[in-house]
Amino acid sequence: MSLAFTTAQKTLQSIKSMLPRLVTSGVVVAGEPTLYVEPANVLTVCDFLKNHTGTRCKALMDVTAIDVPTREKRFEVAYQLLSVEHNSRMRVKTLVGGHEGDSGVPSLAGIFSSANWLEREVWDMYGIYFEGHPDLRRILTDYGFQGHPLRKDFPLSGFVECRYDPSKKRVVTEPLELTQEFRQFEFLSPWKEK
Amino acid sequence: MAAVLLRSAGPAARRLARAQPHVARGMVSETLALMKKSKKAASMQRELVSDEDFEIKNFTLNFGPQHPAAHGVLRQVLELNGETVIRADPHIGLLHRGTEKLIEYKNYQQALPYMDRLDYVSMMASEHGYSLAVEKLLNIDVPRRASVIRVMFLEITRILNHIGNVCWQGLDVGATTPFFIGFEEREKLMEFYERVSGARMHAAYIRPGGVTADLPLGLCEDIYTFCEQFPGRLDEIEELLTGNRIWKQRLVDVGVISAADALDWGFSGVMLRGSGVAWDLRRAQPYEIYPELEFDVPVGTKGDCYDRYLMRLEEMRQSVHIIVQCLNKLEPGPVRVDDKKVTPPAREEMKEDMESLIHHFKLFTEGYSPAPGETYTAVEAPKGEFGIYMVSDGTNRPYRCHIRPPGFAHLAGLEKMSKGHMLADVVTIIGTLDVVFGEIDR
Repeated sequence: MSLAFTTAQKTLQSIKSMLPRLVTSGVVVAGEPTLYVEPANVLTVCDFLKNHTGTRCKALMDVTAIDVPTREKRFEVAYQLLSVEHNSRMRVKTLVGGHEGDSGVPSLAGIFSSANWLEREVWDMYGIYFEGHPDLRRILTDYGFQGHPLRKDFPLSGFVECRYDPSKKRVVTEPLELTQEFRQFEFLSPWKEK
Repeated sequence: MAAVLLRSAGPAARRLARAQPHVARGMVSETLALMKKSKKAASMQRELVSDEDFEIKNFTLNFGPQHPAAHGVLRQVLELNGETVIRADPHIGLLHRGTEKLIEYKNYQQALPYMDRLDYVSMMASEHGYSLAVEKLLNIDVPRRASVIRVMFLEITRILNHIGNVCWQGLDVGATTPFFIGFEEREKLMEFYERVSGARMHAAYIRPGGVTADLPLGLCEDIYTFCEQFPGRLDEIEELLTGNRIWKQRLVDVGVISAADALDWGFSGVMLRGSGVAWDLRRAQPYEIYPELEFDVPVGTKGDCYDRYLMRLEEMRQSVHIIVQCLNKLEPGPVRVDDKKVTPPAREEMKEDMESLIHHFKLFTEGYSPAPGETYTAVEAPKGEFGIYMVSDGTNRPYRCHIRPPGFAHLAGLEKMSKGHMLADVVTIIGTLDVVFGEIDR
């Protein structure tokens, strides 16, 4: 049992003791409590956080993901929950792989209406599948866009470019042609170790 | 019945009906009279007019992206039953510029100007959110004077945003005059932006570690003069709108959302407070010098567009109050943190001091590298909670910088708010949501 000093640490510890099987671990980073859970348990844990008297996180403010391609489960999905009553925040994180046939993460759209668009955005940007989402369409990218742009293996310049073709009288999408190759400057000091 | 009759009248009449409804009605009856003459036609008519063969579908309408009330590039697919909205499906992303992706390829300083271009009617608020997140990762505190200047400009930004919103909303529902009054004031505020940073809009003034430069001479006096006359201009706008019968008909009881729904949809800022939830991050999770300041947070009772309009006006008055307090709290001192790894050295030091020159060079090439970690930092932007979820891997570039714009959640709730309302009310609701596509599409 680790020691708990701040309110965030105490809250985390009580949640961990209440949901020992569902919560993998909990850490406080820069004063912000974070819970790690398995993808299958996200729905249960968030439902618990929403309705439990001690947390009452009634609002899901943000859903996003981080891509670390070197890991076996490359995506980290992060949910930011807010409790207006307790004036506290909680971050729930889960690790998923972006492999074919992966069941993804259960959608929170059933318990938080705001999850609908936020999960659509994560789907669009990362290609993480949200199981049970009512309307998992792309949201920010163009109609007919291919790929998931915020993945680390997606190049900054993309693959295609659009222009108006006067002869066809419509916008055409063509493979990207750069007159100068994309340059990435690495200014990180070579003497400093990472 | 009218729809069915029009169908039996043939495509030409239908086309005419769309163009000239009065003429078409006459034509329909004429056609029917002709048809009655022959038996065959009579049976055909029966066939055509019977309700069984026809299914009256809801009308699907594209609202925007070119419509001026769509506030930029909102494309909305509305399903209408008559004039009543059955379903609203906003299609967004027409202004998507991949800001988050671009930030991953820039160092922390270079990424800052992208923030101005997110919410281009409240520029410094997003800059501030970003700066706070970076400062949290760097674990630094800004000097007091910088903090006071920041709050002052944040409140100027709040006025800039709210006056824009009230005027645009007025324009959307047909009130032109407030726009002229409000935009003169807006121009003055942008002038303050210009005097302090050199740019009217994309200021890049609030930066990690403080603010770019100290206030120029005479600016404080002009801001004070502005604060003295501005509430009077607000009164003028209020005289035109608040008691106005047409304005009230368009806004009262339109776009009502309950407190529980507002939380469920992730609303924040005025949209949440309008429903009676007293939640302001400046109060609840204060930053900068907000704990020392005196200000009221207006809270609505009904959660309709009119409440939110009134709250925006009151917030502007409170902002004026805060600005005056900040002017009184301004004391001489540094405006940037005294850490040459984060903020550039003064120009004259660079001319004489080798170390300063090196610092300057390293800062503008390599930048700085916060320790590995992550933070979700939220500020009360004029539109609501503006959050930055930033992940650092210990290099000079953010590994991930997610922007949580307030407008995104609000626009997602548009369907909830506009269902069952008339088409014209959708315009009012878009106005009250205060959507700006720079931040929603990112």
